[in-house]
Amino acid sequence: MSLDLLTYLFIGGSFALYIGIAIWARAGSTKEFYVAGGGVPPIANGMATAADWMSAASFISLAGLISFVGRDGSAYLMGWTGGYVLLALLLAPYLRKFGKFTVPDFVGDRYGSNLARTIAVVCTIVISFTYVAGQMRGVGIVFSRYLHVDINTGVIVGMAIVFFYAVLGGMKGITYTQVAQYCVLILAFTVPAFFLSAQITGHFLPQFGLGATLESGQSVLATLDQLSVDLGFAQYTAGKKSTIDIFFLTIALMCGTAGLPHVIVRFFTVPRVKDARTTGGYALIFIALLYTAVPGVAGFGRVNLIQEINGPQNAGTEYAEMPSWFKNWENAGLLGWNDRNGDGKVQYAAGAAFDGKKGKPAFTEERGEHGQRIASNAKADASFDSAKQPFANEVYVDRDIMVLANPEIANLPAWVIALVAAGAVAAALSTAAGLLLVISTAISHDLMKKTINPNITDKQELMYARLAAIVAICIAGYFGINPPGFVAQVVALAFGIACASVFPTLMLGIFYKRMNTQGAIAGMLVGLISTVGYMWYFVFGGGNSADYFMGISPGGFGTVGMILHFIVAVVVANMTPPPSEEMQQIVEDLRIPRGAGTAHAH
Amino acid sequence: MSISPEQAQAYWKENLRIIVTYLAVWFVVSYGCGILFVDQLDAIQFFGFPLGFWFGQQGSIFVFVILIWMYVASMNKLDEKYDVHE
Repeated sequence: MSLDLLTYLFIGGSFALYIGIAIWARAGSTKEFYVAGGGVPPIANGMATAADWMSAASFISLAGLISFVGRDGSAYLMGWTGGYVLLALLLAPYLRKFGKFTVPDFVGDRYGSNLARTIAVVCTIVISFTYVAGQMRGVGIVFSRYLHVDINTGVIVGMAIVFFYAVLGGMKGITYTQVAQYCVLILAFTVPAFFLSAQITGHFLPQFGLGATLESGQSVLATLDQLSVDLGFAQYTAGKKSTIDIFFLTIALMCGTAGLPHVIVRFFTVPRVKDARTTGGYALIFIALLYTAVPGVAGFGRVNLIQEINGPQNAGTEYAEMPSWFKNWENAGLLGWNDRNGDGKVQYAAGAAFDGKKGKPAFTEERGEHGQRIASNAKADASFDSAKQPFANEVYVDRDIMVLANPEIANLPAWVIALVAAGAVAAALSTAAGLLLVISTAISHDLMKKTINPNITDKQELMYARLAAIVAICIAGYFGINPPGFVAQVVALAFGIACASVFPTLMLGIFYKRMNTQGAIAGMLVGLISTVGYMWYFVFGGGNSADYFMGISPGGFGTVGMILHFIVAVVVANMTPPPSEEMQQIVEDLRIPRGAGTAHAH
Repeated sequence: MSISPEQAQAYWKENLRIIVTYLAVWFVVSYGCGILFVDQLDAIQFFGFPLGFWFGQQGSIFVFVILIWMYVASMNKLDEKYDVHE
């Protein structure tokens, strides 16, 4: 069977499955819509949490990122898994005991203030929208590359599918579709990883394969270091960023992960406090299956990429002889070749082959003498540092193609490639659905019901939730079709906000009985404004990296915002009257597991 | 709710001790081995990995999984001890 047919079959089959589950698990009440009725078994919830969490970024981008930055990628691997330890130990059991539907719900009720609730709603919506735009884009890329449809058509098909099960099924539909999506995405990630690892090292498990010794007698990592240095790149296993920057970035990613509303809400769907803890354990196992395979995939992909492009003699390959994957991705606009020394060979080394930011080619419709795509910003000179590398770099590789292109580069069977495409779509859709649900709940429950008009009935609230989900899908689709050019920076912003304002306010609400309304509001505002201000100044305001506070890049500044939040909140709380006896009793109560009941609205 | 305020206090104290213990391990493994002392550890080879690199990209994740499950077990025992389980 041809690759096209197989891809249609895999993606079409998975879609049929998701829709089938959505019809089976329709939501009838707000409780089913918001927290799946509160009766999801922990193991299923763990899978759903893992699918919710592992987005297009984890599936498509993470291995590509590590492939290109090497050791500094550890911050993401540790940050995006270590956050679950914080969640399971510090937040999940207590939030579950408190028994609310959403994060703003907890903030609003714990601090007895609609202003606090509204700040939390704003944080939730900003975090979720920045995240969801990237997911729709991921769906579009996969569709355009494998199904040869326009990216926009891909986005619209993705919107339609999510619409179907998020709007109909609510949390109940989403939970059970996510279980299916987890199975698809984990198979799609690990099967090619096994193949790659076995092909390169003879070990099936990429976790061992990365440390294995090759025929040459060198280990994979040593080979990677060698290849990188020979071509003028930095050593793969050496860090390039400063220790303090990596340290702060890792904290921001961990606490940000623990403060993401769409992840937290998954812990409200289980019957008991005990199950909330167990959910954390299952979720991290399911996440670790993918995350521990990522460094292997990144390393093998890097070796394959360099060797396939530069050939066995490490001197470059004639463009005419380049394998089909190179031309396919070139057609998709994510690879580019600029024959700087005019020898007709494709050569890959350190440095940019194209002018402008990030060296990304701006393709025109024209073709060059070898049939390659012509870019208007091709670098004209062929200079390079001959002490460091054998030739000038002529290739642009978009990091995001590594996972998708890996099976093709390694010449794996067509069904593996089709499976990867279905997995990438599953990863993007499952996360998008979770985020859209959080947005719609924040609007219908926290804004409409709790702030604007408490008198609406359950039925009306459900209708608002569905309406909000529809509007949110349309906005997400719009961003997918017209992506803002700053998606990557905005995702850092999402983690920064979660780390500097959501995470600390939840922590204080649970562990500091004396925390009151004034302290909470002051803390959230300080965390939010300092983090957003710093990122804005350095990302959009033209700030120079030499002026970083203590050398901390914008991605890690959420940690500083969090520290400021804690300090300001505690100081303000101690200068203002303590919370009511009744509230202090409620805090005492949420620390004891017994009597959680199911999530309710009070 | 049958538990007395003193019992609740004692339960909470033990609970905090468990959390602090596990978070100490969490910190040492990720921030200690994976970031602060990564260069020193990298001098040691571990199954073909420089040890610091291994902690940063693999080891810390395995430890995180084990930590959560040990925490779940500890808490279940504590809940039984104070009779606050469900």
